[in-house]
Amino acid sequence: MVDKSQQWKAWIYLAPAIVLMLIFTVWPIFNTILMAFKEGYNPMYELNPAFDGWTFGLQNFIDLFAHASAFTNALVNTLLLCVLTVPVSTMLALLIAVALNSIKPLQKLLQTIFFLPYVTNSIAIGMVFSVMFNIVGDVGDPSANYGVINQIFGTMINWMNLGSTKVANYAVMVIYIVWNALPFKILVLLGGLQGVNKQYYDAAKVDGTSKTRVFWRITVPLVSPMIVYVLITGFIGGFKEYSSIVGIFGEDMGAAGQQAHENMNTMVGVIYDALPSGQYGKASAAALVLFAIILVVTLINLKISKKTTHY
Amino acid sequence: MKVVLQDLTKIFPSRNKNGQEVVAVNKFNFEIPDGKLIGLLGPSGCGKSTTLYMICGLQQPSGGKIFFGDDDVTELSPENRGVGLVFQNYALYPHMTVKQNIMFPLENLKGDDRMTKSQMLERAYHVAKLVQIDDLMDRKPSELSGGQQQRVAIARALVKMPRVLLLDEPLSNLDARLRLQTREEIKRIQKETGITTVFVTHDQEEAMSISDMIVVMKLGVLQQIGKPQDVYDNPTNLFVAKFLGTPPINVLDGEVKGEKLYIGDVAVLDVKGAADQLVHVGIRPEGFIVDDNGAFESNLSNVEVMGRDVSIVSTHPASQNPVIRSIVDADNKIAEGATTVKFSLKPHKVFLFNRDTEERVYFEVK
Ligand SMILES: Nc1ncnc2c1ncn2[C@@H]1O[C@H](COP(=O)(O)OP(=O)(O)OP(=O)(O)O)[C@@H](O)[C@H]1O
Ligand SMILES: [Mg+2]
Repeated sequence: MVDKSQQWKAWIYLAPAIVLMLIFTVWPIFNTILMAFKEGYNPMYELNPAFDGWTFGLQNFIDLFAHASAFTNALVNTLLLCVLTVPVSTMLALLIAVALNSIKPLQKLLQTIFFLPYVTNSIAIGMVFSVMFNIVGDVGDPSANYGVINQIFGTMINWMNLGSTKVANYAVMVIYIVWNALPFKILVLLGGLQGVNKQYYDAAKVDGTSKTRVFWRITVPLVSPMIVYVLITGFIGGFKEYSSIVGIFGEDMGAAGQQAHENMNTMVGVIYDALPSGQYGKASAAALVLFAIILVVTLINLKISKKTTHY
Repeated sequence: MKVVLQDLTKIFPSRNKNGQEVVAVNKFNFEIPDGKLIGLLGPSGCGKSTTLYMICGLQQPSGGKIFFGDDDVTELSPENRGVGLVFQNYALYPHMTVKQNIMFPLENLKGDDRMTKSQMLERAYHVAKLVQIDDLMDRKPSELSGGQQQRVAIARALVKMPRVLLLDEPLSNLDARLRLQTREEIKRIQKETGITTVFVTHDQEEAMSISDMIVVMKLGVLQQIGKPQDVYDNPTNLFVAKFLGTPPINVLDGEVKGEKLYIGDVAVLDVKGAADQLVHVGIRPEGFIVDDNGAFESNLSNVEVMGRDVSIVSTHPASQNPVIRSIVDADNKIAEGATTVKFSLKPHKVFLFNRDTEERVYFEVK
């Protein structure tokens, strides 16, 4: 323990960081909560000397959840996105990591290849993906260019152009996000696998354990802390997903011709959209809802993982 | 189950092109009698673990054969050999309870051997009782002491009723007292189950105290096999003589001339039947008798009283160790202020080894 008379020094050293955090982290959070409950909030009003204060209420939240609103659509999109991509990408990453860990030649090269998407800008990747799925020419015209994916599989599916179905849009999004999420997960899981003592596998071999049993009973439990980490960060990342949607579908956040309440926008997208039009109250309310969802999901995740990872 | 190793060899290829390949085990031939406990003994890196892994099937031999009874098991995979293995650091599954750890091998059984849950539990509790951990069944390995973990590892190896039990330095992680206790335990469990057991260690005392037979190896080559006392009393070469015994054997330069052993210029012992040659003279600490008429004289440096015995520390120009340590009965009184001490030697505690080959030179002991 530092001498009492010296403690003021510690506070001085910490002061710059504390002041910056108060201004740029604590106050904005506090202000966001306030704004979310101020009805019809507009910062300009406060400059008016005749202004007589805000009414506090739940109007912002009510507006958010109004029938067929852009927000409820984004909420469903975001939830679906998480539920569809996180388990799939985690499972795939685990399988790839196990495979990578068990081959010796070219391991480093393959590791690098799998890691490449991580160091590539997600907007750029999104544009490449949209080119792969895009149709150039009239939809339904057999002479149009149906994109690489359709060509490989010999199909004529309208993935994301005018008149495309929501299911097709989701498919593009899921494929893109899973692919984009893989490298980080593989890296973390591979690190976990390489830390597992080889003797557990020798012991299992002496006992004649089958490959699938080794995977489920030994590998998965032993890397479960990494799996939990990857799941939690995956869900949090999924709820904050925004740039990849922009990357694929462009600024309109959806296939051409879609309305705001039916496009592929996410919750973060709704918040960003609300800001330029001065709807600070609505954006704050949306941010709070997002925060609450992430908090609840993370708590549930932690609770479950406490039960399943135990050493 | 008798285990026979025939010309067993393991060569690890070199990592780079012009590197040296490692001959970890070189043409091993020995037979482990049914139901015995064998101590596999040697310095670090001499190929003990490799031998053990080949017996259990985790490593494929580069040459030679392994038989369990009359079955050639050389090509069999580990699970088909019926072996139990206890690893150097136990390798208990950290995420499973003691009970789950012990039952794990049983859950893998297929076909006719398949057991019901209650049969497995019964068997698990049976072996747990045997190693006295039946009250710890619901703990995780991390909640156990080293000795308890070790017993869990033995229980896990025993639960399949293996034909051969293999233990790789199972006591190396334990403190001195626990080590003593557990080695007695291993001996007891082995006696009770009658399973042929191979026990690897680099601690000669440990091997001597619990083994029915010891196998001494050096750099992948087998040096000597025999009952612990026989090997101690009759080492075939200098390495074995040096390796066994605490305190270690004293080694001096000597020469055989006209059937007499000379250390320095003094004839210290009649060695009938030994040809003239330069030798290493190995004398066990208990091979000295304090004797005023003794021919062997050394410079006294220290006397350590250890109750029943006295350890006399002295130096001699011909000694290869810094000091000569002799252990004699406490009744022997050394005169106060003496600077030298005279010994006569017990012929059966003196071993001669050729100076070049380091092989034993035998002589007649009356
Ligand atoms: N996978 C391997 N590749 C190359 N050389 C190896 C390999 N495994 C062991 N060796 C070599 O084989 C020799 C014998 O190793 P081994 O593990 O059998 O020794 P040990 O007697 O068990 O030693 P310790 O008492 O230290 O456990 C050593 O020289 C070691 O370096
Ligand atoms: Mg070893």
